[in-house]
Amino acid sequence: MTDTRTEGVEALGSTADVIVVGAGVIGCATAYNLALRGRSVVVLERDESIGNGGSSRNGGGVRQSGRDARELPLAMYAVEHLWPSLSEELGADVEYVKRGNLRLGKTEHHLEVLRGLAKTGREHGLDMRMLSTDEVRELNPFLSDEVIGASWCPTDGHANPLRTTLAFYRRARELGVRFVTGVDVLGVRTVRGRARQVVTSAGVFEGDEVVLAAGLGTRRLAASVGIDVPMRGLLIEALVTEAEPRMFPQMLGTADADFYGHQTEHGSFVFGGDSGLEESNGYAGGVPTASITAPAICRSIMKYVPRLADAKIVRTWAGWEDECADGVPVISTVDEVPGLTLACAFTGHGFGISPIVGRLVAELCCGEKTTLDVTAFRYDRFRAWA
Amino acid sequence: MSDEAVRMTTNGASRSFSPAPLDRSRGLGDFVPAPDEDVLVCRCEEVTKGDIRRAVHDGMYTMTEVRRYLRVGMGLCQGQSCTKLVRRIMAAELGVSPAALDAETSRAPMRPVEMRVLGNEEAAGGADAR
Repeated sequence: MTDTRTEGVEALGSTADVIVVGAGVIGCATAYNLALRGRSVVVLERDESIGNGGSSRNGGGVRQSGRDARELPLAMYAVEHLWPSLSEELGADVEYVKRGNLRLGKTEHHLEVLRGLAKTGREHGLDMRMLSTDEVRELNPFLSDEVIGASWCPTDGHANPLRTTLAFYRRARELGVRFVTGVDVLGVRTVRGRARQVVTSAGVFEGDEVVLAAGLGTRRLAASVGIDVPMRGLLIEALVTEAEPRMFPQMLGTADADFYGHQTEHGSFVFGGDSGLEESNGYAGGVPTASITAPAICRSIMKYVPRLADAKIVRTWAGWEDECADGVPVISTVDEVPGLTLACAFTGHGFGISPIVGRLVAELCCGEKTTLDVTAFRYDRFRAWA
Repeated sequence: MSDEAVRMTTNGASRSFSPAPLDRSRGLGDFVPAPDEDVLVCRCEEVTKGDIRRAVHDGMYTMTEVRRYLRVGMGLCQGQSCTKLVRRIMAAELGVSPAALDAETSRAPMRPVEMRVLGNEEAAGGADAR
């Protein structure tokens, strides 16, 4: 096929067992798992850089607590079986730290919310309990007097999302996966009823299987074969401080969800949060930070960790969440379009489960029995209310 | 820290350009150690020339990737000292013009600002006082 848009451009199109669209942490982890299974893989990425969407912009949480009950088994499996050995497996330090998550409360209402979360966690086998004021202080002496309690999940943790994404990419590439960046994917075409061709600005790529792991962009691409995933973009922001003396190893969150964050291996603190205007902040497109957001996050942090008032902010950034209509991802093959697998709508909590998602998507693609049940993540679960 | 600098919290990274397609399976050849591998390029994060050259051979093809891979330019000076050097080293390793590499990302604030300062806008009299 000749696409007029590619005239004068070196045609890169080719065939492989699997074409993966999207080189974020999910696409890279999927490619890595496919390569482990001996499949030839091409990964197509619109951006010039690998992992330049949410994969490099999230807060690095490897968290089980506070997850939707449908998603919890994935997080628990990843924490138990995959994260602890991931650095070794990929041959690069992903800075995984398993030192627990404190979700802080300042009011009786907050504690009520936290008790609910802890109960849900325990009902699904997660080690999670409430801590008294004194117990919280003992774990983390830097918290303000306003904090009156917290939920505690000792097996939660954090990792470096930039390094993790690039580690999956590097290892996949070493295993022979072909990555093509800076290529606009225009749509998917079926051949004899199966998803087969991925049409791009640089030619047509053909595979026996096609995986769409393109974040928000997945919606447009899935629509090219008549499938819709109800999700929307939500622009959220984060910031990082200069390196600080070692203070505490836990991941922090709050019942009020006014900020979350942790101290990285490097010594800097990474925090995420919002201003309340996120609904409209991304309206103009791009990934702009809003002038009022970082100050709002700072004010929230200082109320919980006063010692950080003198920490200097060195960078702020924003990133798009692909927020699913029901808050959990789509990880699914598609009945109407054999050969197509969707992995999208991670709603801002895809990083922590990315190692297991990469495996599950590879298993779906290869027609293997999946390590965990993924029926809760089917693409056709969405129902109108009448 | 001037008010002007504090206000500069828009990184304006709307990327309208279309990058050229890049097939990353093309070989760069073997990594050949050079006598100046140990030269410090990023002083803030202590990254050497050899680190940067090896990162390219590990598959890091853009300024953005090398930055995230090595922390080069992510320290206190935010790359103000080393970015041009990094660009030259990468371009040489990739065999392309330095101008062909992606623009480095500038992120607010322009200089490191204490949380108590950055978070102080409301105390100064609400949104109008900004």
